[in-house]
Amino acid sequence: MLEARDLGHRYGAGPWLFRHLDLAVAGGEVLAVLGPNARGKTTLLTALAGLLRPKEGQTRCQGGVGYVPQGHDAQHRFAVLDMVVMGRARLVRSWSAPSQQDIQAAWSALERVGIEECAERPYAALSGGQRQLVLIARALVCDPTILILDEPCAALDLRNQRAVLAMVGDLARHGIGVVMTTHDPSHALSVATQAVLMDTRDIHCGVSAELITSQSLTDLYRTPIHATTVEAPFGERAVVVADFGRRPGAARRQENQIEKEAVPI
Amino acid sequence: MTALITPTSSAAEAGTAPSAGQAEAAQRRRTRRRRWALGALFGLLALAFLAALSVGRYSVPLNETARILAHEALRLAHLDGLIDLRQTWTTQERTVIALVRLPRSLMAVLAGGALAVSGAALQALFRNPLVSPDVIGVSSAASFGGVLAIALGGGGLVLMGGSFALGLAAAVLVTTMGRIRASSPILTIVLGGIVVGAFFDAMVSLVTYLADPYTTLPSITFWLMGSLSAATWTELQLACVPVAIGLTVVMALRWRVDVLSLGDADSRALGVDPARLRWILIVAVSLMTAATVASCGVIGWVGLVIPHLVRLLLGPDHRTLIPASFLLGGAYLLVVDLLSRSMTETEVPVGILTAILGAPFFVYLLVTQTRKEANDA
Repeated sequence: MLEARDLGHRYGAGPWLFRHLDLAVAGGEVLAVLGPNARGKTTLLTALAGLLRPKEGQTRCQGGVGYVPQGHDAQHRFAVLDMVVMGRARLVRSWSAPSQQDIQAAWSALERVGIEECAERPYAALSGGQRQLVLIARALVCDPTILILDEPCAALDLRNQRAVLAMVGDLARHGIGVVMTTHDPSHALSVATQAVLMDTRDIHCGVSAELITSQSLTDLYRTPIHATTVEAPFGERAVVVADFGRRPGAARRQENQIEKEAVPI
Repeated sequence: MTALITPTSSAAEAGTAPSAGQAEAAQRRRTRRRRWALGALFGLLALAFLAALSVGRYSVPLNETARILAHEALRLAHLDGLIDLRQTWTTQERTVIALVRLPRSLMAVLAGGALAVSGAALQALFRNPLVSPDVIGVSSAASFGGVLAIALGGGGLVLMGGSFALGLAAAVLVTTMGRIRASSPILTIVLGGIVVGAFFDAMVSLVTYLADPYTTLPSITFWLMGSLSAATWTELQLACVPVAIGLTVVMALRWRVDVLSLGDADSRALGVDPARLRWILIVAVSLMTAATVASCGVIGWVGLVIPHLVRLLLGPDHRTLIPASFLLGGAYLLVVDLLSRSMTETEVPVGILTAILGAPFFVYLLVTQTRKEANDA
C-alpha cells in the first residue's frame, strides 16, 4: 500500500506542480497518471518512489517501491542478467559485488517477466519491448509491493505496447500495486483501475473509467478528443480519438465496421 | 527482429526451484570466462615484463634474468641466507636488471595500469567513450606543477610533490565546479575540466617560454614528452602509495561503476547516489593520474585506447574491465617503453610512441567496432 498525504512540490520558486495531493494505491490496483508534457508527471512519480524529497507532505509505503525510469535507447552492451542484478544495488554493500543470492533473485525476476532466455544477451541487442521488460525485472528484483513506471510504452510499437501492458496487468493480478504515466488514454482505460489527470490548473483523481471522458480529456490536452468504445473482433474496447484534422486525400475507411453510438465512458 | 515476447505466459508462481540450476550455470560460465581472460592477460603482462627486463641495448639472457629476479626477491624477503642461489651472473648484469630495468619496468606497469584504469573509470563516469584522464584537467595541472618545479631548479621530490599537489588541486576544483550547476553535473565537470586544462596548459607554455633555453628548457621539454628513463626505486616507492590507494578504491567500487554507467536517473532509481560516487571516483582517479604524471610526465593515449580495446574484447562489465585494463595497460606501456629504448640509438620519449602507435590503432578500433555493431543490428 502506497500512501501520499498532502503532497506538494515545486522547483525553486516556480509554480507548484502539485499541492495538497492525497493518493493511495493498494496492491493489485493500477493508477495511471495523465497530463500534458512538462506538467510534472515524472516529478510526481519520483516523489512517490521516494527518490525526490517533496517540498510538502510525505509518502509512506509498506514494503518496497520499485522504480522504472523512462526507457532510454541505451547503447551499452551489458548482459541482460547483469542489468537486472544491478536492481539489487541498494541491498549490496557499498564496497562489494553482488552475491550468488543476488544473481538468483535476478534470474527469478527475469523468469517472472518471461524473458530468462535473453539472460546472457547484450541489453542493446533486445527489442524495445524486451528492454522495457528487462527494466521491469530490474525493479522487481527487490520484491517491491509497489511498482512505479515512467512512460513504459513510450517509443514502442503496438505489439510491444501490448506486451508491456499485459505485463502490468499480470503484475497487478499478482497483488502488486502499479503507478504508471502514459500519453495514451486508451492505455489507462485498458489497464488502470484509477487515474490521476494533471490539468494545467488542477489535479483530478478517481476511478479511471469515470474520470477519463471525452470532456475531461478535451480539457486536459486542450484538443478535441472523443472517447468511446468499439466492438472489435476481439471484444469491446475503449478507444480515444483526437481530432488531428483530415486532409481531403487522406485514407478513408473501406469496410463498415459495427460501431456503437459514441457514449462517454 | 528478436524472439516473441509472451509476458502473459510468465509465471510468478513458477518459483525459483527449477531455475536455480540454470542461473548458477550461467553464472559459472561467466565467471570461468572472466577468470580465463584475466589469466591470459596476466600471462601477457608477465611475458612483457620478462622481455622488458632482458631485452635492450645491453641484452641479458632470459634464464639469467630469472635468476637475478629470484635472487633479488629472496634478498628483499630476507631469505637469501636460507636459500642460496649460485651466482652465475656478472655484476654488470645485476646492475642493469636490479637497479635500472627492474624499477623502470615496475614503473611502466604501475603507470600504464593506473592510466588505463583511470580511463576506464572516467569513461563510465561521464558515459562518454572519448574521455581520458587528460579531460578532467588533472594531467595539465600536474604538468604545470612539474614544469614549475624544474624551472625553479627543483628535481626529484620537489618535482613530484609540486606536480602531485597541483594535479589534486585541479581535481578538487573541477568536482566543485560540478556542484555549481547541479542540473547537469557531467557537462559542467567536462567543461570545467577543459577550462582548467586550458588554463594550466597556458601556464605550462608560459613557463616554457620563460625558461632558460640552455639549462632548464631541454629538461622541461623532455619531461613533458613523458619518459620512464628517470624511474628509480625511490620514485617507484613514492608513486606506489597514491596509485595503490586509487586503484583499491576503483577496484572495490567497480561493480557500482557499472550501475553509474547507466546514467544518473537509473543509478538514483537503483539506490546509488551518483554525485557521491562520482566524487569518490574522481578523487581516486586524480590520485593515480597525478602520481603518474609526477613520476613519468604526460603519457597520453594509454587511458583512451586500452579501456576501449578491453571493452571490445571482454565486454562492458567493469568487474572484468577494471582489472583487465590494469593488466593490459601495464603490458602495453612495458612494450612501448621497450621499443622506445631499443629502437634507435637515442631513446625516444615513451609519450611520443604511445601516441604514434595509439592513434592509428584507435582508428582501427573505431572501424572494426562500427562494423561489428552493424553486423549485430
